[in-house]
Amino acid sequence: MKLNKFWFIIAAVFLIGIAFTMVADNEFYFYATYAVMQLMIMGIAWNILGGFTGYVNFGSGGFFAAGAYTTVFLHRAFDAPPLLIAVLVAPMVCGLIGLGVGYFTLRLKGVYFAIATLAVAIILETIVVNWEFVGGAGGYYLLIPENVVFFDSYIEWLFVLILAITLIAIIVSRYLNSSKIGQGLAAIRDDELAAESMGVPTLKLKLISTTVMGGLMGAAGAPFPYFITFVEPVSAFNLLVAVMAIAVPMIGGTASWIGPVIGGLLLGTIQETVTVNISSELNLLIVGVVLVGFISLAPQGITGLYQDFMRKRRKGND
Amino acid sequence: MTEPILSVTNLTKRFGGFVALDGVDVSLGDKERLGLIGPNGSGKTTLINCISGALYNEQGKVNFEGSDVTGTTASSRAKLGIIRTFQIPRPFRSMTIIENLLIPMEYAASGRMESRNLRDQAMESLEIVGLQDRADENSANLTQIDMRRLELARALSAKPSLLLSDETMAGLSSSEVDEVLDILFALNGRGVAVIMIEHIMRAVMKYSERIVVLDAGKKIADGSPDEIVNNRDVERAYLGE
Amino acid sequence: MIELFINAVVAGVLLGGFYAAVALGLSIVFGRLDIVNIAHPAFVIIGSYMAFYVNENFGLDPIVTSFLFLPVFFLLGIVMYRFYYVCFERTGQESLSGLAYFFGIMFIIEVLIILVYGVDYRNVQAPYIGHSLWINDWIPLGDFRVSLPYRMLVPFVVAAVVTGGVYLYLSKTYLGRAILAVSQDRVALQLMGANPIKVKQWAFGIAIATAAIAGALLIVIHPVEPSVGRLYIGRVFAIVILGGMGSISGTFFAALMIGIAETLISTFIGPSWAPAAAYGILLVTLAVRPQGLFGRA
Ligand SMILES: Nc1ncnc2c1ncn2[C@@H]1O[C@H](COP(=O)(O)OP(=O)(O)OP(=O)(O)O)[C@@H](O)[C@H]1O
Ligand SMILES: [Mg+2]
Repeated sequence: MKLNKFWFIIAAVFLIGIAFTMVADNEFYFYATYAVMQLMIMGIAWNILGGFTGYVNFGSGGFFAAGAYTTVFLHRAFDAPPLLIAVLVAPMVCGLIGLGVGYFTLRLKGVYFAIATLAVAIILETIVVNWEFVGGAGGYYLLIPENVVFFDSYIEWLFVLILAITLIAIIVSRYLNSSKIGQGLAAIRDDELAAESMGVPTLKLKLISTTVMGGLMGAAGAPFPYFITFVEPVSAFNLLVAVMAIAVPMIGGTASWIGPVIGGLLLGTIQETVTVNISSELNLLIVGVVLVGFISLAPQGITGLYQDFMRKRRKGND
Repeated sequence: MTEPILSVTNLTKRFGGFVALDGVDVSLGDKERLGLIGPNGSGKTTLINCISGALYNEQGKVNFEGSDVTGTTASSRAKLGIIRTFQIPRPFRSMTIIENLLIPMEYAASGRMESRNLRDQAMESLEIVGLQDRADENSANLTQIDMRRLELARALSAKPSLLLSDETMAGLSSSEVDEVLDILFALNGRGVAVIMIEHIMRAVMKYSERIVVLDAGKKIADGSPDEIVNNRDVERAYLGE
Repeated sequence: MIELFINAVVAGVLLGGFYAAVALGLSIVFGRLDIVNIAHPAFVIIGSYMAFYVNENFGLDPIVTSFLFLPVFFLLGIVMYRFYYVCFERTGQESLSGLAYFFGIMFIIEVLIILVYGVDYRNVQAPYIGHSLWINDWIPLGDFRVSLPYRMLVPFVVAAVVTGGVYLYLSKTYLGRAILAVSQDRVALQLMGANPIKVKQWAFGIAIATAAIAGALLIVIHPVEPSVGRLYIGRVFAIVILGGMGSISGTFFAALMIGIAETLISTFIGPSWAPAAAYGILLVTLAVRPQGLFGRA
């Protein structure tokens, strides 16, 4: 019953998205919703490792940018192949990076892991800055194909693409959260040694977690070059990406798959509204204040608040 | 004695320059109840850590049920049935009490569970330790004593064939100690070998068929409870002559 | 070639001294109190802007200014710790929430500075900026020309003095020893009769106070814009970890090492590769020797 409801909503959202491209023609809506969904994917991806497994990753920007630069590389190397190819290749590349990072840092706990991921991101950035083939420090322009089949404009195609990626990310995250793997990850997060002693293969599960995290981050980054048409290392590897990816689940709630979905919707919408109507600096300030406010006042995020509320109400009814 | 279920040979464990275990040999017969005693800091927990795989030993071998498990991960040893409790309880704090038991059922014992409803089986383990009415409470808010109960219940749900019990009874009242002893006797009756670390001498003496004594990382005695009581070396280690 | 090498090493030592000043506070907070203050470099940037403001309006030397402002930063640190303690440490949520908290603080600081001063680079005036000390004037080195720009030399000396001062403070005073004991050795702390919360609060105050000085040094060395602090996050964490978590002398030597590595790479491979130096060394260290290069084994 519950399962069917979930799949029904997923299908419905996808169909509504398609319908949206047919009726709406103000491109702004697509740009704005694209940005919200990109944010949501990053939050979902971060949360698999950070929220489910308890390993804080500061290097989200690195994985995101690795996805974007996979697209750039393919664009340059194979004379602008269809974006769909990049969207398939980038998660594999970034998943592999995630696997490598996981393997390399698996002995590190807590903060050390967090710092190591930051280090990986900066090393990736340094490589890209020095790699002329993908534009180096100067960046890389990407012409958007003029003809798109089926859609009125390229942004509509990007919109549908990111919508599909978002839904896949939600499905993957929900599966990891509610399956046996998810229980194992939660055990690792609570107490890794106790988990291992109770038969949880912590190394294997952590590698699954870092790989999926990397893959989803890469998927979020893959269409990015087409979205902004000009990629350069400073903005692609921006630490802001890392902060946003952390803020989304922290605001929504880190314990379950739904948290970053809610957090992404909320934070993304606030951001788009503020950026358009006021200023982008203020937007950053708001992200910072909302983040700090939530973690100090509602550390379990919105889902936590909701659960508290339900618990109180149940108590009241008794 | 039948073929030993566990044999530890020449096990040495160092922390930096400090030798915590020095060439320890221990073997355990099938379904045997072994008491492991020694003064504070003598290396009892470290030995448990090396047998369960929580720590790697650079020297020596650990054989379990005829195969060499030295160097394998703790999780793979748990799957074989080597299950330990922690001296300082380590519950999965974000989970409820019963969810804590589901982890070993899903992992350590996954191949050995009965096909019945997992929750029912977990409830049985909770009943054994007397936590059945609190199954859905959060495990982080338990008292120390209840955490020890949970620790034991969680180990039971992992379906051990060798249980390493590290001071499960510390802080319990005399009648509670008897309860835990009954649990461990019953477990042993079902064919589980047990190594019990305990400072409560009454319990160790009553429970153990054989006792091993560690002092400063060395095994100084190994024999029946009567032999241990009358052993001069043991007396010296405890009284610090 | 050798001349280049020597100059690079000399420049690296000077740069490293400055890094030590930035890492010093973090070495206390992260190394000793286990608080992951990722916003530490942001506090350093506040220090830079404060030095800039006073220098611009009153012409006071930036480094002197930073010493005058020490009490303010000390208090700021105490407030920060209080808040952190009440919200996270007391409830045992410091790991994840604490990290995110400081991440958020960092962005708030950055944006507030942008709102006040904009994103332009700012610099300061001081008589020693722009001149160099030529070693050749003092020691006959033959053909080698070795120069020490005062812009780097002065921060190095100040950093070394401050590091030495903190080292003495921690090892010789009652509170200093309490700080050293606070996370490692609860028993010793109890024997000393010190309240861990007060001790941590005091330590946090000192740490943020050092950020004021580091900030002044930074703006003496090069112009500053609000997000420059980000460049130092990984670098200072690398230094603290390499230095063995909370060892003040270890931090200093690790900082010199990173400084030298960066200038050598800048000189012989290219400046664009320099940022990776610290991180590469850090990753390798974490992989083979997680307790740091100079750490207690
Ligand atoms: N991870 C570790 N690193 C360094 N030293 C350790 C470590 N674990 C244990 N030790 C040291 O090894 C020695 C043996 O410790 P162990 O915990 O095995 O003692 P024990 O016999 O279980 O004592 P107790 O009865 O107090 O539980 C002690 O001196 C302890 O300080
Ligand atoms: Mg012990």
